[in-house]
Amino acid sequence: MDQFTLNLLVVGATFVLYIGIAIWARAGTTSEFYAAGRGVHPVLNGMATGADWMSAASFISMAGILAFGGFNTSAYLMGWTGGFVLLAMLLAPYLRKFGKFTVPEFIGDRFYSQTARTVAVICLIVASVTYVIGQMTGVGVAFSRFLEVENSTGLFIGAGVVFMYAVLGGMKGITYTQVAQYVVLIVAYTIPAVFISLELTGNPIPGLGLFSDSVATGQPILTELNGLLADLGFASYTEQSDTMLNMFLFTMSLMIGTAGLPHVIVRFFTVPKVSDARTSAGWALVFIALLYLTAPAVGAMARLNLINTFYPEGTQSQPVTVEALETAPNLDWVRNWAQTGLLQFNDKNGDGAIQYLPGNFADAASPNELSVNNDIIVLANPEIANLPGWVIALIAAGGLAAALSTAAGLLMAISSAVSHDLIKGQINPAISEKGELLSARIAMAVAIAVATWLGLNPPGFAAQTVALAFGLAAASIFPALMMGIFSKRVNNKGAVAGMLSGLIVTLVYIFLHKGWFFMTGTNSFTDDDPLLLSIKSTSFGAIGALINFAVAYAVSSATDEPPAEIQELVESIRVPKGAGGAIDH
Amino acid sequence: MIDRTSSNAYWKANIRIIQISLVVWFLCSFGFGILLRPLLSGINVGGTDLGFWFAQQGAVLVFIVLIFVYARKMNKLDREHGVEE
Repeated sequence: MDQFTLNLLVVGATFVLYIGIAIWARAGTTSEFYAAGRGVHPVLNGMATGADWMSAASFISMAGILAFGGFNTSAYLMGWTGGFVLLAMLLAPYLRKFGKFTVPEFIGDRFYSQTARTVAVICLIVASVTYVIGQMTGVGVAFSRFLEVENSTGLFIGAGVVFMYAVLGGMKGITYTQVAQYVVLIVAYTIPAVFISLELTGNPIPGLGLFSDSVATGQPILTELNGLLADLGFASYTEQSDTMLNMFLFTMSLMIGTAGLPHVIVRFFTVPKVSDARTSAGWALVFIALLYLTAPAVGAMARLNLINTFYPEGTQSQPVTVEALETAPNLDWVRNWAQTGLLQFNDKNGDGAIQYLPGNFADAASPNELSVNNDIIVLANPEIANLPGWVIALIAAGGLAAALSTAAGLLMAISSAVSHDLIKGQINPAISEKGELLSARIAMAVAIAVATWLGLNPPGFAAQTVALAFGLAAASIFPALMMGIFSKRVNNKGAVAGMLSGLIVTLVYIFLHKGWFFMTGTNSFTDDDPLLLSIKSTSFGAIGALINFAVAYAVSSATDEPPAEIQELVESIRVPKGAGGAIDH
Repeated sequence: MIDRTSSNAYWKANIRIIQISLVVWFLCSFGFGILLRPLLSGINVGGTDLGFWFAQQGAVLVFIVLIFVYARKMNKLDREHGVEE
């Protein structure tokens, strides 16, 4: 069987599974549509949260980011996992007790303010839409690379599958599909990593292999990697080159951004009890850690393999020849990926060999003759390790599972904000249960259409949007939620002033460095030489959050304290008792 | 409704557990992984130092343990104060 047929079979089988789940898990009530009827087992919710959270970026790009960034990029590992500690202790149990359907709904009720709710809806929609663009382009790339269809055809197929289970099943359909998608993506990620770790270190667990000795040289592989990198003039893998201040703030921004992203928070509305929300966050992190403990091993080992491929005789000898790259059977994968443009080589100095050195490949004066895209590290892994065809097919299915599951979670957050917070909350509060369910389905369908369109026509700033999504969540949503639970004193005026000032200062800081509304050439600073100390625009969310807290407390203490019934509401969400009433299956 | 004095004691105990947990959370990620890494550079772990291990692996493992310990302690606290579901 050829590779294409195999890819088609494996991806096709997973899609049939997702559609089967969609038909089984139809939603009949708004509670099922928004919160899966609050009947999801905490371990299953943990799995669903894992798939919801781990996007195309985690699955496809993160190992590559680590491979080429070394120690500095540990910020992603700590940031994208540490946020779950904050969720479990500071937000999830209390918001579950509150027992409503959306994040803006809590902000609106707690701060007795439609303005606060609207600000939260705007932040939610901007953060989620920017995030969803990356998922949709990821779907298109995976299809075109592995299934040889046009980018747009792939996108339509992916969107069609999401449409099936998201519109029919809402949160209920999405939850059970995400459980299946988690299994697909973790199996796909782990298998090649185990083989690579075995080959290099003899240890079948990649996370342990990272700190083991190399079978070939007897040295720890990180020592070996640092040695090879030093020979070629690259920065050390294990040394820090970012400033401590920026790395600290970047990690903090990713953490509180993670805890403040609405599509993750609402996953904890689906479990039966408050205590389940706490353990479910722990299970989510267990399932996420299975990938996040493997990724740094994949990154370091792939970098080592890459150097050994291009310097087969060692870094002191001649690098690989162009002739070998074009003909040697064991370098098939280089040719495959060169066709996609994700890997490029060019014998600039005409010596018949390809030098992999520091420097910008595109710059004709640079001695570096190789360019490797971050995404190759995971996508080409099975080919580099010479694994059988079905593993390659699994990687295709895993990448699609990661992108589709996150896209569905984001679309769910967007559509419930529109139907529940805007339509029921503000435009037509008298809408019937049936009417709201219908409007939720229509909002979902429209959101999918918009996301597909954005996937087909990604705005030029698509790559910058991580800073935007995490910055908004960190600077506006997380502090508002936390103060709403932990302070009885913060009032409507304080919350609105805090959210707006955190939001605006963060946006301005991002725009000053990335250009106003991401238009190229309109930036006054760059991340290499930022406005404040060494703080890059991607790291500013933590400062924005601090401003939010400070302004909210200052304004609240200068104005009236919240009415008695609001203080009573805060008292009641702080204790678990009485949350069970909302279960209905 | 809920008994106010009991729920105040419950809330204070909860805050205390959260504070201790967050000290550990901070120490094992921002502390050992970033700010205190230079101090730990003498401790070798598989070809690199303890700070690198915390930043790439240790922090995540500590986070998992923290959440489950927190959940357990809170379940116990819920029962002691009679506020469990």
